[in-house]
Amino acid sequence: MADDKSNAAEYWKANVRLIFGCLVVWAFVSYGCAILFRPILANIPVGGTDLGFWFAQQGSILTFIVLIFFYAWRMNKLDQKFGLGE
Amino acid sequence: MSQFAINLLFVGASFVLYIGIAIWARAGSTKDFYVAGGGVHPITNGMATAADWMSAASFISMAGILASGGYGASGFLMGWTGGYVILAMLLAPYLRKFGKFTVPDFIGDRFYSNTARFVAIVCLIIASVTYVIGQMTGAGVAFSRFLEVSNTWGIWLAALIVFLYAVFGGMKGITYTQVAQYVVLIVAYTIPAVFIAFQLTGNPIPMFGMFSTHTESGVPLLQKLDDVVSALGFQDYTADVDNKLNMVLFTLSLMVGTAGLPHVIIRFFTVPKVADARWSAGWALVFIALLYLTAPAVGSMARLNLMTTVYPEMAGQVENYDEAAQTPILYEDRPEWFRTWEDTGLITFNDVNNDGRIQFYNDATDYADRGWEGNELTVNNDILVLANPEIANLPGWVIGLIAAGGIAAALSTAAGLLLAISSAISHDLIKTMINPKISEKGEMLAARISMGGAILLATYLGLNPPGFAAQTVALAFGIAGASLFPALMMGIFSTRMNNVGAIAGMLAGLICTLLYIFTYLGWFFIPGTNTLANTPDNWILGISPLSFGAIGAMINFAVAFAVSSVTAKPPQEIRELVESVRYPKGAGVAIDH
Repeated sequence: MADDKSNAAEYWKANVRLIFGCLVVWAFVSYGCAILFRPILANIPVGGTDLGFWFAQQGSILTFIVLIFFYAWRMNKLDQKFGLGE
Repeated sequence: MSQFAINLLFVGASFVLYIGIAIWARAGSTKDFYVAGGGVHPITNGMATAADWMSAASFISMAGILASGGYGASGFLMGWTGGYVILAMLLAPYLRKFGKFTVPDFIGDRFYSNTARFVAIVCLIIASVTYVIGQMTGAGVAFSRFLEVSNTWGIWLAALIVFLYAVFGGMKGITYTQVAQYVVLIVAYTIPAVFIAFQLTGNPIPMFGMFSTHTESGVPLLQKLDDVVSALGFQDYTADVDNKLNMVLFTLSLMVGTAGLPHVIIRFFTVPKVADARWSAGWALVFIALLYLTAPAVGSMARLNLMTTVYPEMAGQVENYDEAAQTPILYEDRPEWFRTWEDTGLITFNDVNNDGRIQFYNDATDYADRGWEGNELTVNNDILVLANPEIANLPGWVIGLIAAGGIAAALSTAAGLLLAISSAISHDLIKTMINPKISEKGEMLAARISMGGAILLATYLGLNPPGFAAQTVALAFGIAGASLFPALMMGIFSTRMNNVGAIAGMLAGLICTLLYIFTYLGWFFIPGTNTLANTPDNWILGISPLSFGAIGAMINFAVAFAVSSVTAKPPQEIRELVESVRYPKGAGVAIDH
């Protein structure tokens, strides 16, 4: 029972770490590249405009998709590793 | 065949499909009615979620908002997609593990309080009712434009169709009709976009075409658009915004609002396992992105098309835009689609300087030297998507497809919202709070009656839209983000959060957000009752009322933790409940109740 508990706590910690990492990327592409850092990225041209604009209207959405699938894939591995999957 | 007959054929065929599904997918139990039996494949659910999510506003209005707002409107794109990332990681899998039917179910059980449950029911109903009105009016507009019936008949027709599959099929009927509706709406949205991208840039993929070269002038499309609009006094399409704080908060408000909207969350209760809820969120975003990545291309290209329709000489221009601006088209030479939309009142022309030409520009800039005395053309944002096929001279069947697509977008979202409303009434209010002894059969009947009642209410409000109907973004997203999202998240991520803290937090988030919105948009949205004029100068730190949901959410978190830390810990069984939702094992055999 004690083992089960520490095992489960370990699983939850790993999950929270993974979420934190994913959300850093999530915030970086949307609030960062697309909004706050746009002036810094203004010199990188992308098809008639700049990289910040591309992130705001395309890049962040594409990154979001990758993030969710990455998270789902890593969590499946965690579920298996800790024997908590179904 | 006349255009009317084509439209009738497309819309009629889509209705036959929806009703066929309704007959096939009847609900036999409350589990069928609330969560489609719980056995929906994650990809199927992803598609249904995409249709559930993409409303009449996404289909009809978003490209228009982007066309007029340019870069400044990007918050809509990021906000309405980025919410799925936090939904997939912070809410959906755990709420699926919890294994019950509604959002108030979780809040009431986790915070062991019927007061918390009741606050959640009220928030859910306000947010969903506000949202559903826009779907009914959107369906009304689509019907009246394409099927030449009155707005009133359009809304009644929409209500009847939803009634047929939602009352009999519940979530089960809704799920499979949403899948069909997704296919209809995405095909309808994409085909004209592909044609237009190909016409303007030679690249048939809209999301690439947008960043390619404009064929006629040899200039990159977005640069071309900047040049054209700035020659007419409008702000550059790609211009940066000054108030970055507001843009960040606006985007964040839409994200937390998206994650907290009950009609989206309950879709994830229909998949078999916790892992499926995660995958399903990814698939939902893939299907949503097909439209959301195309919308900015449609917006920018439609804006350019509109401008070069009015100023034909601008199209091939490389530098002499001032000269090209001198010769807008003569009103009598306007194209056919222009006339069609003038009849609806969504395009209006007023020849201020009586020269017979259409001067379309931003009259905040003085162009007296060009002999212009004021802007002469107003174009409603909403027509850009609807008129796209006509502007691009596409065949009649594409217009029929757009009609069916717009109606599918409105109906699919309306059905999802109506299910969220009716299950909150029949399950949370009647079964859990008022009469726990009600039989399975009795609850089914209550669910069907609540659904019928919710449809009648939505129809009535669609026919007589109240003042708050136009405030979906402020009200629905504000409430879902400031009240429901933080409560759900703390219920999962904090074992220490107790009943008093959660209730105080929800109320604080809700009340602060409403106060801020009412101050600028009018008390209870009654026109003229706003305390301060709704202009950026008056906003606190430049934060618009539409961006306040994120602040409301922060207030919710802060108050909840403060109150919770000075009040009693939650009982042991609640801590065990929190532990159990964190671990996926056993969700497949979630307790029926």
